[in-house]
Amino acid sequence: MKRKINRSLGGTIALFLFIALVGAFMALPLIFTVNNAFKPLDEFFLFPPRFWVRNPTTNNFADLFILMAESWVPFSRYILNSIFITGAGTFGHVIIAAAAAYPLAKHEFKGKAVLFSIVVLSLMFSPQVTAIPNYMVITLLGFNNTYAALIVPAFAFSLGLYLMKQFMEQIPDSLLESAQIDGASEYRTFFSIVMPNVKPAWLTLAILMFQQLWGNTGGMFIRSEQLRPLNFALLLITQGGVPARAGASAAVGLIIMSVPITFFIISQSSIIETMTTSGMKE
Amino acid sequence: MRRLKRARSATYVLLAPYFVLFFLFTALPVAISIFFSFTNFNMLQAPSFVGWGNYMRLLLDDDIFIIAVRNTLIFAVITGPISYLMCFMFAWIINELPPKLRSVMTLIFYAPSISGNIFFIWQVFFSSDRQGWLNAFLLNAGFISTAIEWLNTEAYVLPILILVQLWLSLGVGFLAFIAGLQTVDKSLYEAAAVDGIRNRWQELWFITLPCMKPQLMFGAVIQITMAFSVSEVSIQLAGFPSVNYAGHTVATHLMDFGTHRFEMGYASAIATVLFLAMILTNKGVQRLLRKVGS
Repeated sequence: MKRKINRSLGGTIALFLFIALVGAFMALPLIFTVNNAFKPLDEFFLFPPRFWVRNPTTNNFADLFILMAESWVPFSRYILNSIFITGAGTFGHVIIAAAAAYPLAKHEFKGKAVLFSIVVLSLMFSPQVTAIPNYMVITLLGFNNTYAALIVPAFAFSLGLYLMKQFMEQIPDSLLESAQIDGASEYRTFFSIVMPNVKPAWLTLAILMFQQLWGNTGGMFIRSEQLRPLNFALLLITQGGVPARAGASAAVGLIIMSVPITFFIISQSSIIETMTTSGMKE
Repeated sequence: MRRLKRARSATYVLLAPYFVLFFLFTALPVAISIFFSFTNFNMLQAPSFVGWGNYMRLLLDDDIFIIAVRNTLIFAVITGPISYLMCFMFAWIINELPPKLRSVMTLIFYAPSISGNIFFIWQVFFSSDRQGWLNAFLLNAGFISTAIEWLNTEAYVLPILILVQLWLSLGVGFLAFIAGLQTVDKSLYEAAAVDGIRNRWQELWFITLPCMKPQLMFGAVIQITMAFSVSEVSIQLAGFPSVNYAGHTVATHLMDFGTHRFEMGYASAIATVLFLAMILTNKGVQRLLRKVGS
């Protein structure tokens, strides 16, 4: 890669130091969760509480696996449920929201401005009060106690459409016109020109959706044990306030966190890899 | 800018799946909530219409709501702009780093948004006994002689919550900026160097910022929403209700009525007022943002 232009060495060093300092502060919960997962039981109840683990152990994970084996639905079922809900919800939302964002960004039609502002405004309404009407809608549609209750509403989140539309606005019109001249249909243009150009946007959206859906416990919608997501089962293990479970619940904390973080690292690095040399060009 | 004229059918085929679902699962629930705000609804009996009753009570009869509004405004005015600038500034600095380091630093700065246990550290830090990290430090250094009950003292609650909220604020907006910086056409920087742009600050103002206007608008909406709906920080750190309502916000007020007292009509009225406040703020901020880079 070429050296960047217009960069003073002093400025670079100052920025670097600054960001390392703040970064240490931001990384605290990450470091803490990892440390906690390897603490032996007695260290959880130390007073004053300690940040770093002194005698690391993997007992917490062993305890957790024993507890998992006792669950009356095999644990693999919870894992599959979570993978399916998260995968379908994330993929569906990215495609459906991006498809709708494209005409909003680049086509001319009646009512466009109104449609778009309704989506943006809906982001600002407190989710606590819409929970009840939402439950009513989902029940009326017969989605209650099915995977659809968690997956289909995720398709309709406002965030993705807004994010995708903002990025698509930046695609030069000339790029789309030349595709049209080459005889590409709108759908082809969408998949082979628009989407590759906004790859950082949909990878970011995928991270956000993945994180949110993975954190879902099924809440009031899922009542069958066979349909429950992993998070529900794991959090159940940690509940009850039994001190002996402090270790297992610290292990749960690390496991729950590690999946979205892995997904984050993979997506984030491919955002940066694909775009280091190009950016959006005419 | 000239817009493309395209086949009508494709437009609607692309729009339909999203908007059908959006109206069912997002817009309709909002509309129903606004309807509830004109009713008395305890979630057991059918809602009964009370006209502007809830709003009158909220604005004229609810002393706690006034405290909540005051706290929320302080929160919004401080955390809104600062968190927005932080999101952009850190995204921009990270973008200056070598590519391999970038995703690591992005993860580290995003960590408070992705990891569990985020409040535990602050609870220990501000713990009110002598062993709390801050108290222990101040006692050892001789600044204070008795432990301070940080989260039970009215004067400290709000500043502490603001600090923690800022620490938590590098979320969606921050990631959108990181992604946005990747899409800026790199050849523009080379052209600018030829045209006499001399340092990174000029480059930022004249090229990067104007190129990122759509993301800046997006980030503003996200940070406004976050700043106006602070609740979890307050509940987790200052308790619920907090001492003398020092950490009470409009959002915690709403939860009080919605999830504890089952007065859904009243909670919906609170949500609607909050909604209007955010819309107005957003209008003002978007107007300001149009001036960036000009």
